[in-house]
Amino acid sequence: MNSGIDLQGTFINSLQDLGLPPGISKLFWMPLPMILMVIGATVGLLVLVWLERKISAAAQQRVGPEYAGPQGSLQAAVDGLKLIFKEDIIPAKADSALFTIGPILVILPVFISYLVVPFGQNLIISDVGLGIFLWIALSSVQPIGLLMSGYASNNKYALLGGLRAAAQSISYEIPLALAVLAVVMMSNSMSTIDIVQQQSGYGILGWNVWRQPVGFVIFWIAALAECERLPFDLPEAEEELVAGYQTEYSGMKFALFYIASYVNLLLSAIMVAVLYLGGWESPIPLDRLAGWLGQPETNPILQVITASMGILMTLFKTYLLVFLAILMRWTLPRVRIDQLLDLGWKFLLPVALVNLLVTAALKISLPFAFGG
Amino acid sequence: MNLAEGVQLVSFIILTVMMLGAALAVVLSPNIVYSAFLLGGVFSAMAGLYLLLNASFVAAAQILVYVGAINVLILFAIMLVNKREDFAPVKYAWTRKIVTAAVCGGLFLLLGTTIITTPWAIDSTAAAGDEAIYILGEHFFTDFLLPFELVSVLLLMALIGAIVLARRDIIPDSSNVVGQDDLKLPEKPRELVSAGADGESS
Repeated sequence: MNSGIDLQGTFINSLQDLGLPPGISKLFWMPLPMILMVIGATVGLLVLVWLERKISAAAQQRVGPEYAGPQGSLQAAVDGLKLIFKEDIIPAKADSALFTIGPILVILPVFISYLVVPFGQNLIISDVGLGIFLWIALSSVQPIGLLMSGYASNNKYALLGGLRAAAQSISYEIPLALAVLAVVMMSNSMSTIDIVQQQSGYGILGWNVWRQPVGFVIFWIAALAECERLPFDLPEAEEELVAGYQTEYSGMKFALFYIASYVNLLLSAIMVAVLYLGGWESPIPLDRLAGWLGQPETNPILQVITASMGILMTLFKTYLLVFLAILMRWTLPRVRIDQLLDLGWKFLLPVALVNLLVTAALKISLPFAFGG
Repeated sequence: MNLAEGVQLVSFIILTVMMLGAALAVVLSPNIVYSAFLLGGVFSAMAGLYLLLNASFVAAAQILVYVGAINVLILFAIMLVNKREDFAPVKYAWTRKIVTAAVCGGLFLLLGTTIITTPWAIDSTAAAGDEAIYILGEHFFTDFLLPFELVSVLLLMALIGAIVLARRDIIPDSSNVVGQDDLKLPEKPRELVSAGADGESS
């Protein structure tokens, strides 16, 4: 089952053929996937911001950005440029050290989490055994950055926003982790690669969404709440809190919050795709299709096609979920803070616990379907 | 020394300096909010040290539990009660500081000598790495079964207790045995909105 392209091996071998020692060639390889992933996340972010503007406009029967680039597709880049050139203001009575570290602490865990995002069998920065657990652990660091920036702004709206954001993240982390735990239990592994492997083979029928429908819904709600998307965007509820913890921020520091929130949305959508929608697998299993056409697995053209289809499929599923999130933004009204915490603690948590219990029972009673 | 060992040594030095510095700052900083944030730094550096020891699961659990839960809880507590009040200077406060420093220094010396003089049995087998999760699981369900089950029941009780406390409607309101007012939590009456609506309609 180990098909696909080994880019790392090929790259290192070709450098060694040029006469470099093995250690040095590996050193040359190491930053490449990381830089590629950061660039990929940033480009994905630009596309996401453009989509958000366009789809929001369509939902409100407007045209949306139109002049910057074809169909306004460069609008996000122009926004970024504007934010770079804006003055970076630190309020006089603010705590300047914490005020600066806050946004960094918010954005760092999001980008580090891209370590475990798989686009194919070998198309991942590092297949650490921790996989999905690393993502959960890292995302629990974010509330500290939010609290820090809320506190350092020396503004009551910012402090309230920061407290709300932290309360929201920590309450929705528990149902999120329990939903992930049910999937991990079925896959017998926390590695994102293994989780996708376990869903492969039967095309769309093998995806976890059929085996974990409740977990899928819990995960999606909790992920939206973690990303502070509407209907859960309480920390920056404009009518009540001006802009929450980012009230006092401007320029690049504000941009860091902005980037973090959108990259986090992208990451959550990818994780939903990986955990429940079969990751890089196509709805029709490509291996079987190749088998029927009489192509061997080692055919290089087939491998290239499979790898690119994997990337395309991951991106397609991700952006489909992002589209859903944007539509939800313009469809659902915002919940109140007590309703939000009620939903998390009184509804999602018990349902997630029961879901975990049922999954364990099904795993024992029906081991062929639920990964015995 | 090859590349991996060099990276390991440099990371070890950075992490150690970061941890010791942050830990000292937690104790010595006069600002309690700084102390709380620096405590998160100490926990993160500790997770980094676990990572260097090839214990990635422990490192991630350290981040999740200590940084993500305990430290956030401490910060919450500080931010909800912090009144930004300057403490009045106490007479002879320096004697307390000197006594504390002496006790801490003595404890450090004692522990240091114990660590240096004890002949540690160093395990020379390779670290389990990613397999550690399976080994941990096996230990949980064989020789550590009783403590593990006790702790898990305790945690489940806490979780369900939190749900029950949050959903007050599960607990029956009327109990004739005990005086009702003794058990009531000091809280506002629920459903303020509907109560107001009832008042209007009647």
